[in-house]
Amino acid sequence: MAFSDIYHISGSAMTAQTIRLNTIASNLANAETGTVSEEAVYKARRPVFAAVLKNDELMDYGALTGARVQVLDVVETGNAVERYEPRSPLANARGYVYYPDINVVEEMADMMSASRNFETNVEILNNVKSMQQSLLRLGE
Amino acid sequence: MGFSFDKALGVHPQALALRLSRAELLSANLANVDTPHFQAKDIDFAAEMQHSQWQFSTSSRPQEMYRVPYQPSSDGNTVALNVEQVEFTKNAQDYQTSLAFLNMKFTGLKQAIEGK
Repeated sequence: MAFSDIYHISGSAMTAQTIRLNTIASNLANAETGTVSEEAVYKARRPVFAAVLKNDELMDYGALTGARVQVLDVVETGNAVERYEPRSPLANARGYVYYPDINVVEEMADMMSASRNFETNVEILNNVKSMQQSLLRLGE
Repeated sequence: MGFSFDKALGVHPQALALRLSRAELLSANLANVDTPHFQAKDIDFAAEMQHSQWQFSTSSRPQEMYRVPYQPSSDGNTVALNVEQVEFTKNAQDYQTSLAFLNMKFTGLKQAIEGK
């Protein structure tokens, strides 16, 4: 039944966008987290999306193949930025503190994109729901 | 006297099934708007309807075609949010239209059966 397939597709997209929002929130929250060493610094997290193509052509004649979204992995990227803050309690022997290399503007833009795409999928679910409801009312 | 529901209902049941399949395809396009290398697909609805009129074989799959992007993006994704959204809405409205026609057919049949 194609209705349930559409629910799966939009649901997977909403899950993926939620994970993206989660990582963005984490990146923004930790943008100013300083550390003593370069290794211990927070690394920006980025989810990797991939399409899952349905492969049941043998069972499902005449149906089109929709693709769900899956989150393949959440990778840690980015380097550390050195800042000279000798008065900070986290400063090392040379007076430097290490901060994650996170661009707050970039993260904000990413956040807006993620929330808008989430809303798009909610809209689709609403549309498909009304399609199914009117089908159920057929002949009344 | 023979009577067939298939004939009475016309093209609308087929149209509904095809509209629903297309809704799945378009929702997949919209779901993958952020997936790198995802290529948006669609069907030529008119051509598929013509096709299903000529031959009544259930095994013929609608032919999926790749959407030509207006503005190619660097990550190979060809989903244009506005294009897909418009197509999805149009498709959903056409689905409702087919349902409305089916409803009218049923009402007509009911009146004929009741002899009003």
